[in-house]
Amino acid sequence: MSRHSKVHSALLAAIGLGIFAGAAPAAPPAGAPAELKIAVVAFLSGPASGPFGIPSRNAADVWIEKINREGGIGGVKVVPVFTDEAGPADKVVTEFRRLALDEKVAAVMGYISSANCLAVPPVADELKVLTIESDCGTDRVFEEAKHPYVFRTNSHTVIDGVGAARYVLSLHPDIKTIAGINQDYAWGRDSWAVFQRSMRQLKPDVQVVDALWPKLFAGEYSAEISKLLVEKPTVIFTSFWGGDLVTFAGQAKARGLFDESMVVVNNTGADIKDIAPGVLIGSRGPNGIVTPDMEKNPLRKEFIELYRQKYGLAKNNYIAHGAYHYVQALQGLRAAYEKAIKAAGRWPTTEQVAAAFEGLEFDTPSGRVAMTIGGGHQAVQPAGYAVLKYDPALGVNVFSEIRMFPAKCVNPPDGMKSLDWIDRGFPGAQC
Amino acid sequence: MRLLLVVALDGLTYASWLFLVSAGLTFTYGVLRVLNLAHGNLYALGAYLGATLVLSYAATGYTPALAYGLLFVAAVVVGLVVGPLIERVFLRRVYSRDEEVQLLLTFSISLILEDVVKLVWGVNPIFADMPYTYLGRVRLGGINYAWYPFLLTAIALAVGGLLWLVVTRTRLGKVLAAVIADREVSLTLGINVPRVYTWAFTAGAVLAALGGALTAPMFSLAPGVGAEVLVTSFAVIAIGGLGSIGGAALGSIIVGLARSAAVYFFPELDLFAIYLIMALVLLFRPQGLFGEIEVRRI
Repeated sequence: MSRHSKVHSALLAAIGLGIFAGAAPAAPPAGAPAELKIAVVAFLSGPASGPFGIPSRNAADVWIEKINREGGIGGVKVVPVFTDEAGPADKVVTEFRRLALDEKVAAVMGYISSANCLAVPPVADELKVLTIESDCGTDRVFEEAKHPYVFRTNSHTVIDGVGAARYVLSLHPDIKTIAGINQDYAWGRDSWAVFQRSMRQLKPDVQVVDALWPKLFAGEYSAEISKLLVEKPTVIFTSFWGGDLVTFAGQAKARGLFDESMVVVNNTGADIKDIAPGVLIGSRGPNGIVTPDMEKNPLRKEFIELYRQKYGLAKNNYIAHGAYHYVQALQGLRAAYEKAIKAAGRWPTTEQVAAAFEGLEFDTPSGRVAMTIGGGHQAVQPAGYAVLKYDPALGVNVFSEIRMFPAKCVNPPDGMKSLDWIDRGFPGAQC
Repeated sequence: MRLLLVVALDGLTYASWLFLVSAGLTFTYGVLRVLNLAHGNLYALGAYLGATLVLSYAATGYTPALAYGLLFVAAVVVGLVVGPLIERVFLRRVYSRDEEVQLLLTFSISLILEDVVKLVWGVNPIFADMPYTYLGRVRLGGINYAWYPFLLTAIALAVGGLLWLVVTRTRLGKVLAAVIADREVSLTLGINVPRVYTWAFTAGAVLAALGGALTAPMFSLAPGVGAEVLVTSFAVIAIGGLGSIGGAALGSIIVGLARSAAVYFFPELDLFAIYLIMALVLLFRPQGLFGEIEVRRI
C-alpha cells in the first residue's frame, strides 16, 4: 500500500468513525444500571400459546433486539427474561414475585389472560414494580381500582364490542335479531355483555334470541350450531379465539350457518385464513389486519419485516394481534423511560418512570396510542372491522368494507365505567 | 316434535364421539385396573398423525374418499407403536404398587407426550377438515347436518359391537375375563398374563388414537387438546362405571343427550350439565351405573 493510499484509508476511517460516533447513542445518564432487565410474560405452553403467547414472545424478542441495536433505552441495553404465563392465577402471581424479588427486573410486561391482569396489579403495587399489561381484554383493571405502578398499553375489550355493534349496524341498519355464542369464562361473558348492551342502545328494538355458553376448548359445537340454524338470528356474535374459533368456523361452514346468519368475530388473528368468507372480523384493535394508514406507518413495515426475518411468515399470512400488543408495550416503556430521563436529568426512579407514563402518547406499528383513560394508565385505540372476502387470484381471504371507529367513538371518557357509559347511551362519544 | 328430533340427533352424534374417546379408557381400566392419565395424549397423537396424513394426502390431489382409510392407519400406527412401549417399559413395573404411584406414572407420561406433540407438530393449530366437508350435508328436522358425525355414529356402533363380540363370544374374551377375575389363578392356569396386559393396553391405545384420528377432521388441533378430552371421558366412565364398555356406551348417551338438552333449554348450564349428571349418579351409585363394587382382597 502506498503512503498516499494509507493516508487516504486513515482519513476515510476517521471520517467513518466520526460518522458512527455521531450516530452512536449518547452515553447513559448518571445512575444508569449496566442493563435494563425486563420480564416478558406470555403463554409459552397450553392452548393459548399457539395463537397468542408464542407470537407475542417472538415479537417482543425481535423488538428488543431492534431497541438494543439502536442503543437500548436511554443508552442502557434491554435484557428480556421470558416467562411462561401458563397455570392458575396464583401461580402467575408467585411467578411475578419471583421476577421482582429474585430476578430483580426493572419492569414486568405481558399477560394475555384477563384473570392474570386482575390478579397481578395488587402485587405490583405492593412490590412497587413497574408493570405493563400488554394484551388482556378485561375492562375491570382500572375501573375497579387505582394501580399507581400498573399501565396497560392496549385498549380493553370495550372497543371490540362497541366497534362490532357499530360496524354491524353500519352495514345492515335493519337488523332484527341477534344471538351470541361465547366461551363460558370471563372473556366470553365480558365480550357478549359489551356487544349486546351496545346493540340494545344503538338499536333498541333489536331482539336477543339466544346466548350460548359452550365451555372453553369444547371443540364440539353440533348442538349449538343446530340451535342457531333453527333460530336463524340476523347476527351471531362470537368472541371465540384460536383453535375454538377455527373449529367452530369449520363446523358452521359445513352446515351452512354462514349462509343463514351474519357472523361477527371480535378476536381474529393469524387464523383468518381458516374462516369462511362473508364473516365480519375484528382483531382486538387496529392490529395488523385492520390498521389506519397502514401503508404510511414505517414502524408497522419494520415490525413485519423483522418478524418475518427471524421467525418466518407465510405469504399473505398475518401476525397475531398479541404480537402487535407486545411491541406496543415496549414502545410505551421506551417512551416513558426517555421522557423520565429527560425530566430527571439522570436515570429515573420507578416512580419517575410511572409519572412519565401517565397520559403518555407514543407511536406503534398499530398507529398512535394514547394513555388517556384509567387516570392516564389505560390506553385507548380505534376499533377496526372488515368483512372477509375470498380473492381467487391470490387464493386467500382478503378484507373488504374496512371501517375504523376513532378511539373516542368506542372508548368511555376517563373516569366512567364502560358498561355505565354504554347503558347511558355513549355520552361524549365522537364518531 | 321437530325440536325434540334435533335435540336427539345432536345428543346422539355427540354421544358417539364421547363413546369413541372413552371406550379405550374404560377398556384399559377394566383389564389392567390402571387409570391411564396419558389416554388423552394417545388421543392427541392419533389426531395429529391422522391430520398430518390427511393433509399430506390432500396435497396429492387424489380422491378424498381414501383419506378416511388414513385416519384408521394413523390410529393403528400410534396404538401399535406407543401402546406396547408404555406398557412394557413403564406400566409393567407398577402393577403391584399403590394406585397413587400408577397415577403419577401415567401423569408423567402424559406430560412427556404433551411435549412430544409440541416438538413434532409445533404449537400452531392444524385443521384437516377435508374428510368432514367431503361427505357434504343432509337436511333433517328442517336444518342442515354434516354427514360426517353420522359416520362417527356408525363407527362407534361398529367399535362397540366389536368389543362386545370379542369380550363375550371369543376365547380371547374368556381369557380377559379370567385375568380380570384373578391374575394369579390365571397365571397358574397357563395364561400368559403379561402378554394379555400388553395386548389389552395396546387395544386401549388404538381405541384412544382412533377417537383422536376420527375427531381430527372436526376439530382444529392445538396443544392441550388431549387434556380436555380426558376430563370429559372421566365424566362418561364415572357415570357408566369404571371398566364397563356397556357403561361407557350408556354414559356417553346420557351425557350427550344431557348436554344437547342443556344447549336447547338451559344454555347457561351447558358447562355444568355433564357434571351435574355425574354428581347425581355418583350420589346414588358411587360405583357408576354398570360398575361393580370391588371387594378388597387382603
